[in-house]
Amino acid sequence: MQFLLSKLNFLARTGEFMVLIWEVTVATFRRPPNWSLIREQLYSIGVLSLPVVAMTGFSTGLVLAAQSFFQLSDKGLAGATGLMVGKAMITELGPVLTAFMVTGRVGAAMCAELGTMRVTEQIDALETMAVNPNRHLIAPRFISGMFMMPLLTVFSIFMGIFGGYLISVFYFKMPPTNYFDPMPIYITNFDLLIGIVKAFFFGVLIVTISCFKGLHTSGGAEGVGRSTTNSVVVCYTFILFTNFLITLGLNMLENATGWFS
Amino acid sequence: MVFMIEIEDLWKSYEGNQVLKGLSLKVETGETLVILGRSGVGKSVLLKHIIGIAHSDRGYIEVDGVRVSDLNGEERYTATRHMGMLFQGAALFDSMNIEENTAFYLKQHGNLETGKKYAKSEIQDRVNEALKMVDLEGTQKKMPSDLSGGMRKRAGLARLIVYRPKYLLYDEPTTGLDPITAMQINELIVKTQEELKATSIVVTHDIISALFVGDRLALHKEGQIAYIDKPDPFLQIDDPVIEFLRKTISTDPRTFRRRDND
Repeated sequence: MQFLLSKLNFLARTGEFMVLIWEVTVATFRRPPNWSLIREQLYSIGVLSLPVVAMTGFSTGLVLAAQSFFQLSDKGLAGATGLMVGKAMITELGPVLTAFMVTGRVGAAMCAELGTMRVTEQIDALETMAVNPNRHLIAPRFISGMFMMPLLTVFSIFMGIFGGYLISVFYFKMPPTNYFDPMPIYITNFDLLIGIVKAFFFGVLIVTISCFKGLHTSGGAEGVGRSTTNSVVVCYTFILFTNFLITLGLNMLENATGWFS
Repeated sequence: MVFMIEIEDLWKSYEGNQVLKGLSLKVETGETLVILGRSGVGKSVLLKHIIGIAHSDRGYIEVDGVRVSDLNGEERYTATRHMGMLFQGAALFDSMNIEENTAFYLKQHGNLETGKKYAKSEIQDRVNEALKMVDLEGTQKKMPSDLSGGMRKRAGLARLIVYRPKYLLYDEPTTGLDPITAMQINELIVKTQEELKATSIVVTHDIISALFVGDRLALHKEGQIAYIDKPDPFLQIDDPVIEFLRKTISTDPRTFRRRDND
């Protein structure tokens, strides 16, 4: 019986999550939130995340180039180092690591902020003043998340490729042209599309999961902490599984149709 | 007699706990009705139903002839624009200063009658006027965390009266305050009532506050309104809770009725 109840509870929560996404989408398009609210979130999600995203991308590029060089050089394939870094950063590591960093920096803060507003009745106060919390609180974050995640991902990819370039050229003494030359040949528009599509969906996931968890917080300060931890874990899990599904789905679509070549 | 708020057979349960059990209530135009009851009986839940942020399992609520309990989304927000609620903890937006908190409604909705936005100077004037009314001049740039509990309650009241709602709901307005601050809040409730000519519902377990602000008193007991009457006849009712209230009044030196001054 307990097992059945927990399953029903899970289904109910999933339904509520879908309803939230729908209501936020409707609120966003029917009467968009104030530009000042969106601008605030663009700054918070985008600009303030730049240092952490830059650091993550750059260090990942360094490690990736070093590993690739060590693994490939004795087989005479050191020239593929740049390609390895570029392809991995664009299709997988750039979107996923950026999403992880944004979850930790932005998603957790969003969940904690909304959770605190919930337990201190600030969200109820908004509603009593006839202000739709979905439009006032969630929609600006939703729009900014969708828009900023792809931009942050592109920035992270550039930083990764730049980091890989620095270590390959200045430490492993590769000629700069060797690092970049294979990229235009083997990195396709489809790879770029995969990276951007992933970033877009990760942005939607991070914002909606964090906001959903925040809005459903109960139990005072302890509840806020629990919700925040929970939202980060759920975001990470969803990002990893969604990453797999998008990779699989888009590649199957490309193989079947050749639309993106 | 015109009833502005009518509640009929309202039922609500939370996780198997039946909080409201067929509650019915009518509130007259321009009156202040005080709902008394022990903590946890569902008084705040009732207020949240009236203002439309909680949904009943059964029954209905009509405000000004509009069945708010049947409305959702934008329709509900439109129907409840003329209502306001003071929360127990004031529920000020902690990312905004007192001025921004007070101006929030005016900036969001503008003038409800003309549909136009208010000029900045008009908003400023009304905010200053509201803050003056609650004796919080000079706190405009302070954050809610910089204020004491009583000041926060008064700021919450300023945020409410600035848009002159027709219906005012107060959730435990004096709970957790020292007697002097509690009396200040009571006086503000009366002053607000007199200036706005609003219909008010005050939920409290403070009988002294209830006698000061209320035109009628009601006892919320076991999910229903057990008794409702004017203060004097209400206090004569033979009920263990009201008996306890009578004893409290006879021993509390703060006992003072607004009507005593009339």
